[in-house]
Amino acid sequence: MPESGPDQPGSEDIERLFRSLYLIRRSEERIADIYPSDKIKSPVHLSIGQEAVAVGICDPLRPADIVAGTYRGHAAYIAKGGNLPAMMAELYGKADGCAAGKGGSMHLIDMANNILGCSAVVGTNIPVAVGFALKLKRDNNDNIVTCFLGDGATEEGVFYESLNFAALHKLPILFVCENNSLAIHTPIEKRWASNDLGMRVKGFGLGFKKTEDPDIFLIRSLAAAAIERIRQGEGPELIECHTYRWREHVGPNEDMDAAYRSLEAFRHWQENDQMARLAEMLGADKRKTLQDSVEDEITAAIDFAEQSPFPLIDELHTDVFAQ
Amino acid sequence: MSSPSNTPRTLTYAAAILEAVDQEMDRDPDVFVMGLDVDDHKAILGSTQGLLEKYGPERIFSTPLSEDAMTGVAIGAAMAGMRPIHVHIRMDFLTLCMNQLVNMAAKSHYMFGGAVNVPLVVRSTIGKSWGQGPQHSQALYSMFAHIPGLKVVAPSNAHDAKGCMIAAIRDNNPVIFTEHRMLYYTEAMVPEEPYEIPFGEAKIRSKGDDLTLVGISNMVVECMRVHEILADEGISVEVIDPISLVPLDMDTIIASARRTGRLLVVDNAWTSCGMSAEILASAAERIDPDEGVRMQRMGFAPTPCPTTPTLEDAFYPNPATIAQKAYAMVRPEDKNWSPDPKRAELAYQMHFKGPF
Repeated sequence: MPESGPDQPGSEDIERLFRSLYLIRRSEERIADIYPSDKIKSPVHLSIGQEAVAVGICDPLRPADIVAGTYRGHAAYIAKGGNLPAMMAELYGKADGCAAGKGGSMHLIDMANNILGCSAVVGTNIPVAVGFALKLKRDNNDNIVTCFLGDGATEEGVFYESLNFAALHKLPILFVCENNSLAIHTPIEKRWASNDLGMRVKGFGLGFKKTEDPDIFLIRSLAAAAIERIRQGEGPELIECHTYRWREHVGPNEDMDAAYRSLEAFRHWQENDQMARLAEMLGADKRKTLQDSVEDEITAAIDFAEQSPFPLIDELHTDVFAQ
Repeated sequence: MSSPSNTPRTLTYAAAILEAVDQEMDRDPDVFVMGLDVDDHKAILGSTQGLLEKYGPERIFSTPLSEDAMTGVAIGAAMAGMRPIHVHIRMDFLTLCMNQLVNMAAKSHYMFGGAVNVPLVVRSTIGKSWGQGPQHSQALYSMFAHIPGLKVVAPSNAHDAKGCMIAAIRDNNPVIFTEHRMLYYTEAMVPEEPYEIPFGEAKIRSKGDDLTLVGISNMVVECMRVHEILADEGISVEVIDPISLVPLDMDTIIASARRTGRLLVVDNAWTSCGMSAEILASAAERIDPDEGVRMQRMGFAPTPCPTTPTLEDAFYPNPATIAQKAYAMVRPEDKNWSPDPKRAELAYQMHFKGPF
């Protein structure tokens, strides 16, 4: 088990974390509801069930810190404060989307909030995030990059190349492995010769922490400590967070009926759902107020996406090259 | 840096690239150089010589042999506002960079709705002769030219190398900068002051009326010799150097081909799906069949590049084979002509004796 214990969260912490968890969960549930209407013409890889990692990790970050997400990137985007109407418009393929409709769900970006563009090719975001960390080090401030990646990405050669370079130059970057133990449908047992990711990461000289505990306060505490060390110039670290994807790999549905993974594990993670846990910790009135405000925010974002026009045909040819 | 003079001096290709990079690093603190061995005593055939002493290890540094990640790092640094020059000692190694170049560098500006730019220069050399063999000789520029979002240049002389390098560094897009190894020792008149060679403007290297000869990269040098050889035979050849492959100046090529009635493209690469295929297809689309322009092309033999010199000689087009082909296009009735082999030898190849 990790050395550091959970913080004692104050009521403001609980409210803030609950709101973020609830915003991600409900945004994605609304996306799943809209999906059959075919208004969203972009494959969605939902984070439902995995929100606590993104929220716990991003909570101690500053606005000036940079986050790099993955193609399963809605949670990190929202947790870092990404523009929700622009995200919804992007899923709708509209002109006001965060990538002008040219990227879709797998290529969210919000540079105003220091959220890097996401890639659909597993692991491709990792060295790009390291490149941003190189720039931060050159700028000589104490901002950091946080780079999310999945367990599948650790099988790509570029992951190890990137760890080596980041450690070699002591770059200010926190890698976060969201280990949901699945690459599409292939379980980790068929992919990893050794379960000990930490041994591999520490071999490059990075700090390493791991948690299999769903506890969002523990995740936040691990992140806060790592982020502080990285800000002090102590070099890159990696946190491995076990988590569980509740929905299918791509698309809006649950797929436990396909029987490729254990129902027992699903139940364990559902029973330890951090959104439900934090909802219980709030008073009923406070909870209702937060929920109502989140629902209004999502409704406004969806309305924005609905109202936004599709790009003009001429847009096909714009932005192939920068001026 | 002393104040640059406008008077051109003779510089080698390598020195011209070095001067361009030096001047841009001096002008813009965001420009930096990375790649295996860029800061060693050999300095990429001299093309990075002295930059470490002048700019320090934060602005020019060697990298691990991690082409995939290092390309991603360069892309990230570029998106973050820097202007990296990523150097590879052989173009063959760019196959290890394909994911980052094709999926990120080329697409990011478009895929993210214009939110980021990738002002990245990727330098690499093409090898030839003295046993370069299958994996140190490939000219893979057409693979990059296929991908929207990448600019591709292949300057054929020191003057254009300097101007293209400065233009590439200042460009807000990824530029694949291709340098032929055999050109490194060639010299040209190069102004000291910084200047840009605009991409998408071909140059007519020699005027002619009987045949349009398009050479790519070092093939421009070989085509210039063909111009001389065929001039002796009373055939006047117009030699065109596209300089940049993306964007590609087809207008200049087509105007010339219409005038001469014959178009021969000589690539320093395979013909299949390559730049010669692209140039001839574009020409065929735009030139009416009634105009009667004859079109042919030449390139590598459709094999990997063999190491032994006897086979390697047969692998590449050379001034003799190019002259023969061009001659046959102009005078198809005379099937037995071939040039004096001595006349077809190239000085720039004589410079390099090996070993590597």
